[in-house]
Amino acid sequence: MPRILVTPDDFDVGAELARLEAGAGAVGSFVGIVRREAHGKTLAALTLEHYPGMTETALAAITKTAMTRWRLIDCMIIHRIGRLLPGARIVLAAASSAHRGDALNATAFLIDWLKTDAPFWKREDFADGDFAWVEAHAGDIDTRNRWQSG
Amino acid sequence: MRILYFAWLRERIGCAEEDIAPPPGIATVSALTNWLATLSPAHANAFADRRTIRIALDQRFVTGDAALGAAREIAYFPPFTGG
Repeated sequence: MPRILVTPDDFDVGAELARLEAGAGAVGSFVGIVRREAHGKTLAALTLEHYPGMTETALAAITKTAMTRWRLIDCMIIHRIGRLLPGARIVLAAASSAHRGDALNATAFLIDWLKTDAPFWKREDFADGDFAWVEAHAGDIDTRNRWQSG
Repeated sequence: MRILYFAWLRERIGCAEEDIAPPPGIATVSALTNWLATLSPAHANAFADRRTIRIALDQRFVTGDAALGAAREIAYFPPFTGG
């Protein structure tokens, strides 16, 4: 059963990946981090908002799809919400399998689909007091859809 | 019916949710959106550019032509930007 967690709290990457190691030959992982600047300006914080309920449903659907498309032993998504400072971890997506190909491809799939299909929104708060909601990139849809075929 | 707003829609409208009773005759998501846009200048501002707004009916994506039916919750938000 894939682990799904939406939380304001930081997570221990080592401890989380250790959960996936049992019986596996490979564990693939992605960690997203709050950048220190955006659009050439210094970032003071990144605020993550989500749609409680719909988020968990979306993440469950994404992990379920990964489990059926690749030969995985297990996978997980942890996503933080609330106000995060530069350098803070935002998200962990990881998958375990017997061999690296399935683990790495499934990990990329998890994060690509999370970006376009899970109801999270980012607000950039800049050091100068300005703020802006992050706009979705058209390229994210293309990246997501490369997993559609095959 | 409970209306939810997220991200800049929430900020422009000034609240995260509101309970409303749409007038009779409003049967589709588009009709509801048009009516919501008339509630206040803040609503009109939030709904000014519909192309940047996504909608979920009882937590499922819908397009404007979807029937409201017996839906209890409708959410308005911009495209997702998590990860």
